Amino acid sequence: MTAAKARSGIRAAVPFLIIAILCTTVVALSYQVMKERIAQRERRAVLRDLSAVMSFSYDNDIFDDTVVVVAPEYLGTDGPVTVYRARSAGQPVGVVLVPVTADGYNGPIQLIVGIADDGSLTGVRVLQHQETEGLGGDIDQRRSDWIDGFRGRSLGDPASEGWRLKRDGGVFDGLSGATVSPRAIVEAVHSALQYYGANRDRLFQDETDRAY
Amino acid sequence: MSNNPYLEILRDRLWESNPSLIQMLGLCPLLAVTDTLVNGLALGIATLLALVATSVTVSALRYLIPREIRLSVIILVVASSVTVIDLGVKGYFYELSEVLTIFIPLIAVNCLIIARAEEFAARSGVVFSLVDSLATGLGFLLSLVALGALREILGYGTLFRDAALLFGESGYGLEISLLPDYAGLHLATLPAGAFLLLGMLIAIRQAMDIRKTGQASEGTMVNLTHP
Repeated sequence: MTAAKARSGIRAAVPFLIIAILCTTVVALSYQVMKERIAQRERRAVLRDLSAVMSFSYDNDIFDDTVVVVAPEYLGTDGPVTVYRARSAGQPVGVVLVPVTADGYNGPIQLIVGIADDGSLTGVRVLQHQETEGLGGDIDQRRSDWIDGFRGRSLGDPASEGWRLKRDGGVFDGLSGATVSPRAIVEAVHSALQYYGANRDRLFQDETDRAY
Repeated sequence: MSNNPYLEILRDRLWESNPSLIQMLGLCPLLAVTDTLVNGLALGIATLLALVATSVTVSALRYLIPREIRLSVIILVVASSVTVIDLGVKGYFYELSEVLTIFIPLIAVNCLIIARAEEFAARSGVVFSLVDSLATGLGFLLSLVALGALREILGYGTLFRDAALLFGESGYGLEISLLPDYAGLHLATLPAGAFLLLGMLIAIRQAMDIRKTGQASEGTMVNLTHP
């Protein structure tokens, strides 16, 4: 390398370094200014989703009282599932599982499922889905109230063979024009309840484990 | 032809050389998030801000930047601007950021921004770069809004759906139902439908030019220059 080439390299590197420092400073400052606010917004968004599927009252800081579990055979996903634990005066009153995944017609349907301490469902909501608008899309609470049909149900109500669509010999209504999506959700909710039934005590014993 | 060079450049960017319809730059976000008018408007504003911030910064620093590293510097500046905008959207429009997801950070690789910074801002004064980027950003924003409105009408039969994402609580009253009891054309809400409709918009735009001048437009790209 000639001396002239080295000099021109340095001539290019110095301004680049200055500009890089400038840009990094601006980004770092913005992050410092915004991070508290963004954390608050994230928290509010999570609490909004949680409150939609809870009917019990609690007095703990549910946002920070979580345990992360992996149970693909029950919760439908290989990934981590966050269990938010609601307590009142230190006693368990219920949990919310996020996400419970159902195998929909056009891909995974992500659900948020609230279960009271006695094992009854306090609410199910669809977080994300790609089902067909106007058909399977009606599983979405913004499109129809079909999903509210789970409220109050539990492992014993109906008994195991009743956890199917009516057309399959169970007790749950289907959606006109769509079978796969509601069937998948009934199955997913049922197995989430089974998971809760088998693991309830352990879920509340485990140390808090913040989900990321 | 207008005598005011600023008005001339605005007319050029909004219509004669519209970034999306004539130059066909930045089409990926244009197709991805324009399923409703509000989403299109939101991404349009974010892109406009990133474009203006980048152009003005690159222009202000232009004597400091040797030619060999110009593109790297531009990418650095775009990425920084977009990161700051992304943080702002998350902090003040959290629900909107949940809808636009990755498409706000992806503004960083919108070739429209790099093109304006490299072709214009790196060689021009700050005021000219400001005007150029504002006009170009507005042209892009208008295309996003037009395609968003068209897709929303066809896909849902509404306008200003989900306006609360952008305007807060007061946005709930803005939704207009244009076609009551409309089942919705699902295709229009999908990227494939966006592609078809964008093609139609481009064809209509060109047909107007052919009718007027006898030939298709390739865009003039009027640039501001010192007299």
